[in-house]
Amino acid sequence: MATMVQTERVKVTVKDLKGKVDPDWCPGCGDFGVLAALKQAIVEAGLEPHKVLTISGIGCSSNLPGYLNTYGMHTLHGRALAVATGAQLANHDLKIVVTGGDGDGYGIGGNHFVHAMRRNVDLTYIVMNNQIYGLTTGQLSPTSIKGMNTKSTPFGSVENPINPIPLAIAAGASYVARGFTGQQRQLVELIKGGLQHRGFALIDTFSPCVTYNHDNTHEFFKQRTRKLEEMGHDPTDLHGALEKGWLWGEVIPIGLFWRRQDLPALDQLEPVLGEGGPLAHRPLGVASDIAQALIKELM
Amino acid sequence: MRRVDLAIGIGGAAGQGIATPGDILARIFVRRGLHVNAYNAYQSIIRGGHIFLTLRTSDQPVLSQGDKIDVLVPLNQDTMDRHLRLMRPGSAVLFNSDTIKPGVVADGVQLCPFSVKALAPAIRGDLVQNTIALAAILRMIKVEFKILEEILAIQFRRRGAAAVAENTGVARAGYDCAATHFTEFSFSLPDMGKRLAFFEGNQALAMGGAAAGVRFYCAYPMSPASGVLHWMSRHARQLGIMVRQVEDEIGVINMAIGAAHTGCRAMCATSGGGFALMTEALGAAAMMEIPVVCINVQRAGPATGVPTKTEQGDLWQVLGAGQGDYPRIIVAPTNIVDCFKLVPTLFNLVDKFQCPGIILSDLLLSEGRSSIDPAELDFKVPIDRGDVIGLNGDGPPVNGHFKRYLVTESGISPRALPGTPGFSHVVATDEHDEDGVLISDEFTDPHKRQAIHEKRMRKMDGVLPLLPSPELHGAAGAQVTLLGWGSTEGVIREAIQQLAEANVAANNLQIRWLVPLHAEAILSILSKCRKVIVVENNYSGQFARYLRSETGFAADGHIRKYDGEPFMPHHLVDGVNAILAGSTKLYVPVHEIQV
Repeated sequence: MATMVQTERVKVTVKDLKGKVDPDWCPGCGDFGVLAALKQAIVEAGLEPHKVLTISGIGCSSNLPGYLNTYGMHTLHGRALAVATGAQLANHDLKIVVTGGDGDGYGIGGNHFVHAMRRNVDLTYIVMNNQIYGLTTGQLSPTSIKGMNTKSTPFGSVENPINPIPLAIAAGASYVARGFTGQQRQLVELIKGGLQHRGFALIDTFSPCVTYNHDNTHEFFKQRTRKLEEMGHDPTDLHGALEKGWLWGEVIPIGLFWRRQDLPALDQLEPVLGEGGPLAHRPLGVASDIAQALIKELM
Repeated sequence: MRRVDLAIGIGGAAGQGIATPGDILARIFVRRGLHVNAYNAYQSIIRGGHIFLTLRTSDQPVLSQGDKIDVLVPLNQDTMDRHLRLMRPGSAVLFNSDTIKPGVVADGVQLCPFSVKALAPAIRGDLVQNTIALAAILRMIKVEFKILEEILAIQFRRRGAAAVAENTGVARAGYDCAATHFTEFSFSLPDMGKRLAFFEGNQALAMGGAAAGVRFYCAYPMSPASGVLHWMSRHARQLGIMVRQVEDEIGVINMAIGAAHTGCRAMCATSGGGFALMTEALGAAAMMEIPVVCINVQRAGPATGVPTKTEQGDLWQVLGAGQGDYPRIIVAPTNIVDCFKLVPTLFNLVDKFQCPGIILSDLLLSEGRSSIDPAELDFKVPIDRGDVIGLNGDGPPVNGHFKRYLVTESGISPRALPGTPGFSHVVATDEHDEDGVLISDEFTDPHKRQAIHEKRMRKMDGVLPLLPSPELHGAAGAQVTLLGWGSTEGVIREAIQQLAEANVAANNLQIRWLVPLHAEAILSILSKCRKVIVVENNYSGQFARYLRSETGFAADGHIRKYDGEPFMPHHLVDGVNAILAGSTKLYVPVHEIQV
């Protein structure tokens, strides 16, 4: 009789998560902080890197999967959540992390954003929100504040920005948080909480652009952000979550706005996934009795 | 020689219950082993409008809807007014004389009026006339009443014994009315001794997907492709297929790509408009080298176009789908059995070559129904997943540094599925090197770009030898060769039979695999043909232009139709005659029936 050799899993460190190349972000970019926090959260959550699939769209921040030693997909602009939904349902043993920017997720990907939350797909979505289009050299983004001067709005934007927090709560996301790269420890906790949450977790993260956004800078957020836990907020209080989510001005709350744990994730509701493990690993082919039944329907 | 060739036309407004008598007739025919072809000319409307179902049966294979109607059942005055003038001697028209008045009728057309009020005085409802007409037709073609009785019992079982009895009573009245008042047809329906299956192309495509081992299917509803979604949804639990309805077609193809990347066989279907939204992602699948299959069921375009009408107008859209050059395999099934068989074949190819595959169907093929020998539906198909690591969740021992896009002679690189220990990598829609590291930005290197681009494109060289060469159907050396692609095979071959009866020898070259194209083999065949006429359902001769671009071959004549209705055999016969007579090089038939 063969003996099972139980090999102790080697503890993953932040160093193990380093990707093949170093980031090409501008020095001082907030995205460095998100990458560092994500690595730390993966380590603290005890995830095995080969079981993590990091999926991004296009933009400065969407280059992140290349800087991380997990499986990765660098998909089209705006499409990461659609790809991620397919990947999660096809192999629910994987931990799906989606990363991208505000233009990618809230602009061109807006439709998928709303529907992925409505479906409560089990994934962690980190939006590096810098309120500007960086990779295309500084145009208005869906989260750019009203009045902002950009290359595409040289006389100031007249449009209202999108507010992802109330939008996500209303759309059905079951974990809605906001982080700031200037609050690393909190950001790690928020991402880790998302990774451990069963369902759609949004971590909208202020990740200031040092090159193109001179309004919403690191200093801007440092002065205004206030932690929700210090404001006495209860993340199971829907009304309070929406109210805090709307705050923007001298006080901008960061932290966990909303979490509900009673909502099953999409894969938990899908009868086809009931037994038999991930779809991706199931054998192909139709059993002959089923094939006969299918043909009989046509006779 | 055909012993029977009977076409029944049932027309009325949407909501008048045309499908049910059509289904019952088809079931009676295929249970005797008779061949059936059904085409429903309909409109994008739930109630009202004009719908016309042509159901044609014969002891020999039925290749198209044919040219004539032998039995017309107008369920409203509008249908009577549109179709009566097209009825020929020997045909019959069955109608409810309480509400419908015939017009001028040609000599030899039998008018068969019946009064619903007289035959079924106690029963209300518009559908009674359908049952009476159905029973009367069966009497006129000498089908025993008990066969109808059995089918009605099944049909109305769910509505209880009273409903069965009521409908059987109405049917009996119609049957007896025909026996007394109408002249029966001279032929009898033979029993061929073997039951046939009867279904539409969309069902065949879906079943082909099931046979191929599709585990993930997603779609956005769009006519005329929704039939695939409906079949998949109905059978999802039975077959263990994940079926999702997605927010838009961009989401559809991207979701399929995500599922495919983890190792599932993933498929989706749409029509031209949805396909247009998918094009960028098809290029992404090719760039990331993820195998996925997309079906485009063409309808008349452009834009919203004519959602319920057929066309072969998307060839150039599909050929040029997406920015840049990328490897893809495109196939156009030529009949319903082909729809079933090509899906597993295409999946094996896209798995092997790690690229997207596109199936180009159309409304005629996908919503047209045909009788099939069930022996043709073999679900035990060969499955070849190609060079892939981690299909069962684990991989071989890690041997050095894994290069997802290793440059190889064949262009095919080893593929590892997410979750496999030791093979972590990033797939990217940006240009990348062998490692998957982006070379689109700061590492941009013309030599690397060239090498990886050539690697991807080189894969197509390996595809062509695996595809069967097209073959000439019919005698070589014929006076004329009808060159078609996809769904026109049936009608072309029926036209060839008609031409032969008129002493015009014609043959057919039908193209199925469009990309890669067997250009040399096609040119070699065509260069020996005496006169080549390209037949296609579009305005600009999309295939003729494609053929010319790939082979330099310019056809002698063209028959094109783009009014939304499929070709009828006589359209092609007339076109061939006109082109042979030298009166035109381009023949565009006028569709006679006002649908």
